[in-house]
Amino acid sequence: MEMTILFYVFAVLTVGSAFAVVFARSLIYSAFSLLFTFMGVAGLYVLLSADFIAVAQIMVYIGGILILLVFGVMLTRQVTDVEIRTSAFRTLPATVVVGLALGTLIVIFIRTKWMQVHTIPDIEGTTMELGELLLTTFVLPFEVAGILLLVAIMGAALIARR
Amino acid sequence: MESLLQSLLGDNLLTLVLYCALPLVFLLLYALLAILGEVKISAFMQDRLGPMRTGPWGIIQPLADVLKLLQKEDVTPARADKFLFNLAPYLSFMAAYAAFAVIPFSSQYVGADLNLGAFYFLAIGSLNVAAIMMAGWASHNKYSLYGAMRSVAQIVSYEVPAAMMLVIVVLFVGSLNLQDIITAQSGPFWNWMVFGGPKADVQLASGEVLGASWTNLVFLPLFLGAFLMYYITALAETNRTPFDIPEAESELVSGYHTEYSGMKFAMFFMSEYANMFLVSAVTAILFFGGWNSPFGVYLGDIWDAQWLVGLEQFGWLAFKGLFFVFVIIWLRWTLPRLRVDQLMYMCWKVLIPFSFGIALIVGFLVVVLK
Repeated sequence: MEMTILFYVFAVLTVGSAFAVVFARSLIYSAFSLLFTFMGVAGLYVLLSADFIAVAQIMVYIGGILILLVFGVMLTRQVTDVEIRTSAFRTLPATVVVGLALGTLIVIFIRTKWMQVHTIPDIEGTTMELGELLLTTFVLPFEVAGILLLVAIMGAALIARR
Repeated sequence: MESLLQSLLGDNLLTLVLYCALPLVFLLLYALLAILGEVKISAFMQDRLGPMRTGPWGIIQPLADVLKLLQKEDVTPARADKFLFNLAPYLSFMAAYAAFAVIPFSSQYVGADLNLGAFYFLAIGSLNVAAIMMAGWASHNKYSLYGAMRSVAQIVSYEVPAAMMLVIVVLFVGSLNLQDIITAQSGPFWNWMVFGGPKADVQLASGEVLGASWTNLVFLPLFLGAFLMYYITALAETNRTPFDIPEAESELVSGYHTEYSGMKFAMFFMSEYANMFLVSAVTAILFFGGWNSPFGVYLGDIWDAQWLVGLEQFGWLAFKGLFFVFVIIWLRWTLPRLRVDQLMYMCWKVLIPFSFGIALIVGFLVVVLK
């Protein structure tokens, strides 16, 4: 019962703030609405017993990506003094692309055989298992992702120095 | 603790809310103490008396300050973004208070006994960064904006070494649960991390046994270095001297909360003090045994009174936390402010390489010695 109420609280938070991200006139409002979307998604992860992913969500998306976004918006507006507004242009191609993406998602959604979990297994934290999998079965993708990020950091530092 | 509340009030929502609100009671009392501490300690360091008129020895000065803040006019600048301007202080305090959820105040009280306590503590700190940005941007004032940007750049940079210090202790204990990290340091004070960790096998809450012997003394210099570096990053993350560049009064009035007055200013003030206690408590938890008594025994055990043990443990954590808060205040009146380039040099070229080095050596030793 409480879980259902909590689920709806987080679901409304996620979807509501996601709408605000899309429809806000000012870009800074969009960016800050994204904060609540990320929080809501983290809450949903907790309800799904994915505790590590939930905390990683807060750490990476709120602590990293959101801050970067807001920084970008703030610097552009205050330095160049240009009011950044969201507006609609090239509506037709956008509609086509988004419509295709939506169609694909719906088709996949319908075709997938969803697994029905009747009893939720008592999960005592997923960190240990995740860590083991990352360093045994999935060690190659894990390392490749790490190297990719390292190269990205070096590239960013190089560009910033120019 | 939760079962005690349940037996008093029954198993309902009220119990849960009360249980979650306990740290807030502590926080409010601590803030009053810290306000008095800040003015009095600064006065002694500068050979002054400090406030003396309100009550004997100026002891009710913090209450007078609170009363003043409560009745101040709530000003919102005309060009400010009203919605975000009003939201920011609450978000900031919420972020600070959310981190208290995983702080174990005693072996019986911890808001949420998460397996991921240490990781959660790191992650939730980033919410405060968003709140600072919001305040700085919404104020529509160059001092606020510069203060916010400096503050955010500083916190984001210093998060890296702070996280590495946590990782070092987590590597050693093998658990992200803060309660486990404290249990690993139980016994007399030479079992604390800062003295090289436990010297005999300890059983963690999960039932696992952490093997340990006197060879752990090799960790002493490593953990001592880690402690000092964590404390330095803690100072930077709470924007305290010598890292108070974001609030530099002589340049920026008072940084991101320049435009705030009355209760909204008080919220920022509260969250700053809450963060100060938070990093101090985490320093105590990681390196100084958390709620463990330094003598390894509790009066409650001697007198056969179990309820006293919990209170004593809370007392020890509060004492250690407040001691580190005292050191933060002490440093404020001792050290001059760093320059921005010195701040970044300190973080990226000193703290980060050394923290990676210590983490590598500790990881290597943990594998070799176990």
